[in-house]
Amino acid sequence: MLRYTQDHEWLRLDGDVATIGITPFAQKQLGDLVFVELPSVGASFDKGAVAATVESVKAASEVYAPIGGEVVAVNDKLTAEPGLVNAEPTGEGWLFRLKVKDAGEAGALLDEAAYQALTAAEESH
Amino acid sequence: MSEPQPTPELRRTPLHDLHVRLGARMVPFAGYAMPVQYPDGILKEHLHTRAAAGLFDVSHMGQVALAARTGNVADAARGLETLVTGDMLGIAPWRQRYTLLTTTAGGVYDDLMVSNHGDRLMLVVNASRKDFDTAHLRAHLSDAWVIEPLTDRALLALQGPAAEQVLAELAPDVTAMRFMDARALTICGAACFVTRSGYTGEDGFEISVPGEAAVALAEALLADPSVAPIGLGARDSLRLEAGLCLYGSDLDETTTPVEAALEWTLPKVRRAGGARATGFPGAQVILSQLAQGASRRRVGLKPEGRAPVRAGAPLFADERAAAPLGTVTSGGFGVSLNAPVAMGYVSRESAATGMRLFAEVRGKRLAVTVADMPFWPTRYRR
Repeated sequence: MLRYTQDHEWLRLDGDVATIGITPFAQKQLGDLVFVELPSVGASFDKGAVAATVESVKAASEVYAPIGGEVVAVNDKLTAEPGLVNAEPTGEGWLFRLKVKDAGEAGALLDEAAYQALTAAEESH
Repeated sequence: MSEPQPTPELRRTPLHDLHVRLGARMVPFAGYAMPVQYPDGILKEHLHTRAAAGLFDVSHMGQVALAARTGNVADAARGLETLVTGDMLGIAPWRQRYTLLTTTAGGVYDDLMVSNHGDRLMLVVNASRKDFDTAHLRAHLSDAWVIEPLTDRALLALQGPAAEQVLAELAPDVTAMRFMDARALTICGAACFVTRSGYTGEDGFEISVPGEAAVALAEALLADPSVAPIGLGARDSLRLEAGLCLYGSDLDETTTPVEAALEWTLPKVRRAGGARATGFPGAQVILSQLAQGASRRRVGLKPEGRAPVRAGAPLFADERAAAPLGTVTSGGFGVSLNAPVAMGYVSRESAATGMRLFAEVRGKRLAVTVADMPFWPTRYRR
């Protein structure tokens, strides 16, 4: 299942493991990334907590845990290649994986249609 | 997302529509709508400028003509010397100098370029300060001087190793110019003022052009395959790598020229014992700091890791010290260096090159090293 947040994160749930990243819309807004700070494996986050930071040339932006869980993997490639997030935000540029506490929390997130509507509304401002 | 805000009334440079046509992302800056980047993005724009030639619209900056009613440029220079640290009288015809407008407390009102145009001086000042600077000059110089903001002129910067070859196609005389030379030249039929200078550390030119001729000149330059349009985002990463100050961040009314490591803007002739010593606001404070040293100093900082350290981050002697010894005033990513770079003010004892300090970033203390600037070699054509 693929879901999105208002803060432009995506989440792909396989069983009880969620892979999380930022959306193509987000990477375009941020511009070229120069640094990504990822959580430590084993760290736990509640839904909405700051889990990671992505930095462009100009500024740092926080990435929130879309649902609560424990970090089971982080994308080590991003240390040397933060630009992967720009190039493949939904593929090779994934940020981290959480073992989720409550898969039901994912259902409350935006589906594809709702996210497209959100980005369309934001783009028109 | 927050509620939609009413669009503030932003001023536009003559190149505004061109920027939009080129796909620029426009942002507010100093009351203007300015391009922060074009579709290629900041990294590519920065690298392109150092590899070939970047074209920047800096028309938001202030261009102010300062003349004496006597018509004598020396009188204009004497007037300006009552407000700046530099030797303005010594600027030869068609040469340019960098100088500082000071406050009565010895701080800095603005940093600016001054060129001698034969019968008057031409000042190029920061966009965010141009209204203040004009009012300041008018308040302090009697009506024996004429201060004329040239609001009908645009300013383009062409920077990079290919800049000379590109501009020479339109104005062959530029090949004879050396760093900090100024010339009046006709380019694409327009009466321009050109200096060989810039804000990137590269060789390049700043071209003052009448507003109505700006688009044609920009398009003529952009027609050269070596030239790409560059936004304010890359302008900032380029100047930071070059170790250049940004007024409002690295310089402000609380920073003296000595603290800012800009003592060189105070030549011998304006120092104690010089023929035209003092006579500028804050001279006593500044000259006593020159003699005894200032309690803090602007330095370059190189983070040891990959994380950028940005403006506002406090600096400490070690991982546990409670009291900061300084603050980062500019920080970001050195794109050519492929590493984060920053500058800030630290206590004089901590200002030694190689000193290891700690910046606090998101609650963690990150090691940074005091480093000489520029972070990337400059290539001025002296």
